[in-house]
Amino acid sequence: MKYLQIEHLSKTFVNGAKTAHVLSDINLTIEKGEFVSIIGHSGCGKSTLLNLIAGLTDVTTGGILLDGREVNAPGPDRAVVFQNHSLLPWLSVYDNIKLAVTKVFGSSKTKAQRHDWIMQNLDLVQMSHAADKRPAEISGGMRQRVGIARALAMEPKVLLLDEPFGALDALTRAHLQDAVMDIHSRLGNTMIMITHDVDEAVLLADRIVMMTNGPAATIGEVLTVPLARPRDRIALASRPDYVKAREAVLRFLYERHRFVEAAE
Amino acid sequence: MNVTTLKRKLDLTPKPAAPVVALPPRTPDRLAPWRKRGRALVDAVLPPLVVLVVLLTIWQVGASGEGSGLPTPVQVWIDSGFLFMEPFYVYGTQDIGLGWRVLTSLERVFYGFGLAAVVGVLTGAVIGQSALMMRGFDPIFQILRTVPPLAWLPISLAAFMDSGPSAIFVIFITAIWPVIINTAAGVRAIPQDYRNVAAVLRLNQVEFFWKIMVPAAAPYIFSGLRIGVGLSWLAIVAAEMLTGGVGIGFFIWDAWNSSRLSDIIVALAYIGGTGFILDRLVGWIGRVVSRGTAV
Ligand SMILES: Nc1ncnc2c1ncn2[C@@H]1O[C@H](COP(=O)(O)OP(=O)(O)O)[C@@H](O)[C@H]1O
Ligand SMILES: [Mg+2]
Repeated sequence: MKYLQIEHLSKTFVNGAKTAHVLSDINLTIEKGEFVSIIGHSGCGKSTLLNLIAGLTDVTTGGILLDGREVNAPGPDRAVVFQNHSLLPWLSVYDNIKLAVTKVFGSSKTKAQRHDWIMQNLDLVQMSHAADKRPAEISGGMRQRVGIARALAMEPKVLLLDEPFGALDALTRAHLQDAVMDIHSRLGNTMIMITHDVDEAVLLADRIVMMTNGPAATIGEVLTVPLARPRDRIALASRPDYVKAREAVLRFLYERHRFVEAAE
Repeated sequence: MNVTTLKRKLDLTPKPAAPVVALPPRTPDRLAPWRKRGRALVDAVLPPLVVLVVLLTIWQVGASGEGSGLPTPVQVWIDSGFLFMEPFYVYGTQDIGLGWRVLTSLERVFYGFGLAAVVGVLTGAVIGQSALMMRGFDPIFQILRTVPPLAWLPISLAAFMDSGPSAIFVIFITAIWPVIINTAAGVRAIPQDYRNVAAVLRLNQVEFFWKIMVPAAAPYIFSGLRIGVGLSWLAIVAAEMLTGGVGIGFFIWDAWNSSRLSDIIVALAYIGGTGFILDRLVGWIGRVVSRGTAV
């Protein structure tokens, strides 16, 4: 079943006299419940692609269909977890999620149901203990957990994650990857996650979308990761199919599409 | 590497532990925090007090000469000390203490500045949302901002015909520019991330204003309001030259016309003190309201 369909998508930014052809002819189909990682060198247009799916940026040519409907504006059915958490600093953790829940379920859930739903989502990312804290009072990893809870609380059709763990230390990152895998297996959400970490991509994804370098970047290759779930990072490390998948991505990134600094 | 350094490196014998000295039991010093606070108060109050005394002395000496146009501080105290001592006397409808006059003027400022705050924040919010409007309006505001309150008087009178609303308009028009300019700058500075969150949640304009814009731009808005309240208090003399009556601004104008210089000096002290309190008050509200905005 085709859930999310991206067809002949291209994006050109026009800024006065300057034009930047960032993405060109992107074609991708994602099934319901699938976990897709997008990997590529910095500046190739990963965030641009995600913002197009989110509806935060307008499509230049081509189109995006989600569940049979064209995507042309942002909405809570495509919740985004941003790279730098983007929690509102003047609201408590609870109120940050409440803002989203009130907006999305204001008419369909009672006040008590909404409260339960907020706490349920905080529980899911193990953050209910910090409900009354402000974002400044919790660690970077915790903020990212709350960002994920806020996105999940919108009950989106697709969860979009833009390098959510890029700024975290390796240990925290591993914890959060496990949390995301756990949520995915429990709720079966459709997820698209941008990353520049090869291990993260292989560990989490059903398919890895590898992007060529910009300008006019496109999808170079799509790798299906055949590893059974639940996945365990320690057990996987020595498995030949894991190593093979990892090597395929590395080859793509560092042999065929080396990052050329001067091309910027 | 010579032998001595090697030896030193290999010297792993444990050092004798430092002798354990029993600390004398500490008597709980309950007065300590108060003493600390008292010292902080002295540190804060003493220097300006010394400067004040020095300035008053210079003034006293400078103004004591024959034919000096300015009264000395001692003369001011003799002439008008009662104005200081009794801020709230009432001897007749026109003859009331300076405390009452300040309150009358504050009421006027309350209306003028209140209006400037509401209109200024709303206008700033609209203009700050668009880069084009910002480019169009900002230079105009920067120019209007520098027009002194007195210069608005005739325009204001011509527009309103009536002295009451004219006075409030003078205060309003003096105070509004920094509010608009700062609010617009604050709105421009809202991080794209917050706008994206609002877009994903499909917040409408009103929700965006209250839930994102006001809290995100609060530090900017309040620095604008703080400048604005200062300016509106500055405009009080000009405004009350129009209205007459019992305000502190008109008191100065009236005292000048009847050459009561000592009274003017006391009134200046009242105005300065009130302005200082207003400034601190808005600053304090701003700190409370925008607590947590900056991360
Ligand atoms: N609003 C914009 N206007 C012009 N160019 C942009 C804009 N947003 C992104 N770009 C350009 O698009 C390219 C891809 O950016 P981005 O999608 O952020 O890359 P990535 O997320 O893969 O690091 C960059 O060269 C960037 O300069
Ligand atoms: Mg990016």
